[in-house]
Amino acid sequence: MIGALLLLLMLGLMIVRLGQLSAPIWKAKGIGWVFGSTWAPANGIFGALPFILGTLVTSAIALLIATPLGVGTALFISELAPPKLRRPVGGVIDLLAAVPSVIYGLWGIYVLLPILLPLERGLAGSLGKVFPIFAGPIGGNGSGFFAAGVVLAVMILPTISAVSREVLLTIPRDVREASYALGATRWEVIRMGVLPPARAGIIGALILGLGRALGETVAVLMLIGDVPAVNHSIFASGYSMASVIANEFSEAIEHLHVQALVGIGLVLFLVTVVIDIGARLLVRKTGGFA
Amino acid sequence: MQAAPSTRRKLTDRTALVVMALCIILSAVPLVSILIEVIVKGLHAIHGLSFFTQPPPGDPTSKGGGVANSIIGTVLMVLIASVVFIPLGILGAVYLAEFAPGTRLSRTVRFFAEVMTGIPSILFGVFAYGIVVVYMHHYSALAGALALGMIMWPIVLRTSEEMLLLVPPGIREASLALGTPKWKTVLKVVLPSASAGITTGAMLAVSRAAGETAPLLFTALDWQFISYKVTQPISSLPVAIFNGATSAYDPQVARAWGAALTLIAFVLILTLAARYVTNRRSAT
Amino acid sequence: MASSFEISGLSAWYGSRLAIEDMSLSVEPNQVTALIGPSGCGKSTFIRCLNRLHELIPGARAEGKVMLDGENIYDDAMDPVAVRRAVGMVFQRPNPFPTMSIQENVVAGFRLNGRKSRKELEEITQAALTGAGLWDEVKDRLSSPAIGLSGGQQQRLCIARATAVEPEILLMDEPCSALDPVATLKIEDLIMELRESYTIVLVTHNMQQAARVADRTAFLLSENTGDPGRIIEVGPTKKIFTQPEDKRTEGYITGRFG
Repeated sequence: MIGALLLLLMLGLMIVRLGQLSAPIWKAKGIGWVFGSTWAPANGIFGALPFILGTLVTSAIALLIATPLGVGTALFISELAPPKLRRPVGGVIDLLAAVPSVIYGLWGIYVLLPILLPLERGLAGSLGKVFPIFAGPIGGNGSGFFAAGVVLAVMILPTISAVSREVLLTIPRDVREASYALGATRWEVIRMGVLPPARAGIIGALILGLGRALGETVAVLMLIGDVPAVNHSIFASGYSMASVIANEFSEAIEHLHVQALVGIGLVLFLVTVVIDIGARLLVRKTGGFA
Repeated sequence: MQAAPSTRRKLTDRTALVVMALCIILSAVPLVSILIEVIVKGLHAIHGLSFFTQPPPGDPTSKGGGVANSIIGTVLMVLIASVVFIPLGILGAVYLAEFAPGTRLSRTVRFFAEVMTGIPSILFGVFAYGIVVVYMHHYSALAGALALGMIMWPIVLRTSEEMLLLVPPGIREASLALGTPKWKTVLKVVLPSASAGITTGAMLAVSRAAGETAPLLFTALDWQFISYKVTQPISSLPVAIFNGATSAYDPQVARAWGAALTLIAFVLILTLAARYVTNRRSAT
Repeated sequence: MASSFEISGLSAWYGSRLAIEDMSLSVEPNQVTALIGPSGCGKSTFIRCLNRLHELIPGARAEGKVMLDGENIYDDAMDPVAVRRAVGMVFQRPNPFPTMSIQENVVAGFRLNGRKSRKELEEITQAALTGAGLWDEVKDRLSSPAIGLSGGQQQRLCIARATAVEPEILLMDEPCSALDPVATLKIEDLIMELRESYTIVLVTHNMQQAARVADRTAFLLSENTGDPGRIIEVGPTKKIFTQPEDKRTEGYITGRFG
């Protein structure tokens, strides 16, 4: 029994300790500092907005890329692939989830960036002249929000795909047959019969993927450029909540610095837990999971 | 008879199918790319067995040396974490599945265990920092082990509980009907029956812990030399890869690829082995 | 709108297992043809070959001639999608689209093709629901969710959905087996009315239902376990039930087996 309760206890302890460690900064500066846009620990200025922005932007890019890919693969596996192929193909996609994040980072730096750099330059040169969100300059090796977002997309893809697959499998044969009997093509069966009832669950899958993206640390750290600044272009260098903690924690000497980092950690904790719970409830509603 | 479906519908159908097939191919590309790159560059960097038996050279610009310190560090920390948290997880699962199944408590714990698997791993590092490093006043392998253990714990708990719940009630009833006390039934009958599944759960947890970087960055930190001291900072494979990847010196980068190959081989072997066991069980 | 089926030499497989063999049957327009037989005799398999639904099961296939008004639906040039549009089906368990309203369900077939104005769709909805005997009960809540209806109502909704697209033949695969006796009788009455406008093929495990509703009846049987199903006897319902020619038919009718 202790074994079971202990888990809840440790979880609670964790929240408490995070609160404790960061307590002084909350007391000193209230909640507002979280939204400040300047982060200069050397001068005692702590504003977490660049990190919040960085986390949000990279996660958004990741979701934009991973959603069609993930749902597309899930649909293909559950609706179009012959049943014998389902497990092996799904298994290959799921292997993506087993790769440690630091290896994604390594691959990202030496394989992905060289490929993305010309792409980024091209986009900045063309679309960037019209839409500031794509504007240059492209710094150094191409790292920035966009690059980090692409790697994140690959990392959350297996989550989205696997959960969507589970959801699709719970849709009973009935509705597919009803669609076929009315004279629907395969795509129409998916569009009319399968996707509507699966929608809530798939959204849950997306949110779960989002949760993973928000908390991903190392791969993002290696590709985002590590510049605590707010910027309007996705090709600019930036920072994320998890990455700044990873990068600066061991070197933070000043108490306030440490407290600020832990404070960011606390915000990250709350955000990911809330999103995670929301996602699981949604997926449960359509009968996925158990 | 009515006309065949319009060309527009047929075209949409065909296009949709092609797009979905493309999605799968596109999704598989990164995996293939990662595997190829890691294998090629890693093999290139592993110039012999000494890669696994020697620490990196003192001078970062010199070739040679290896990642023995990191391998030992990872093994040590994962071992400590496993020894403490795997039994803890299994015990917790035993309680939930055997002594309180279906209760609000078991649902709550299961729910929060699942939530815990979604918490960013770096936060467990902060937690371990706050519990161990702060009071010991320096970084240590123990702190790293704690962080890794916290990551492994909910995985082991959840999968063990699932496996235990899958054991058919008939087996328990048969044993109890023979007059065996409950705890013995669990120990000698239920656990062995679920052992394959529980083992795979543990294997997956170990594989996950071995690959974690972020929580180790400020708990175990890093250490250039081979060390077995748990109360001191220690290296680890993921941290070695991380430092090497961002290094300016080619030999360090090369060693990072070698370490990456070592790590990914370990992780993939564990993952595939766990899957093989699961598939065999569901086939019977 | 009411066509005939001329089936000859129809066989179907699940993978390598032959499920029905060399079946031949004439389905007359504006008549109800019932298929009866013990479980496992291939009735469901057979009827699913009539709208080419059978081949959607992985590894399944069918061969033979099924002439719908003179055209073979199994011809290479024939698009199964078109066949299914022309041959409607009602299933064993009511399967309205769960996320759609009553009205949306009825006109679901038109979402696929056929641009219809809102007014046309409303007219079609009313006509189909009236034809299915459901209009009075739901006319005030056409936009409420279809799954809010009772089982019997849902099945009538499915019938409305199938008839809305004006198929040439209506297939019904044990449409009442998931319903209570009151709902069952309502559907049986409905079938008799629908006969005026459609040709109906009905699979039923309930002999009395066939006796009540069908003009012609076919008896199917798989003699020993593992044998494919075959059509043993076909004829006017009255004759099948009172003066069957084949001993096996007689055995089934009198309850000696099945």
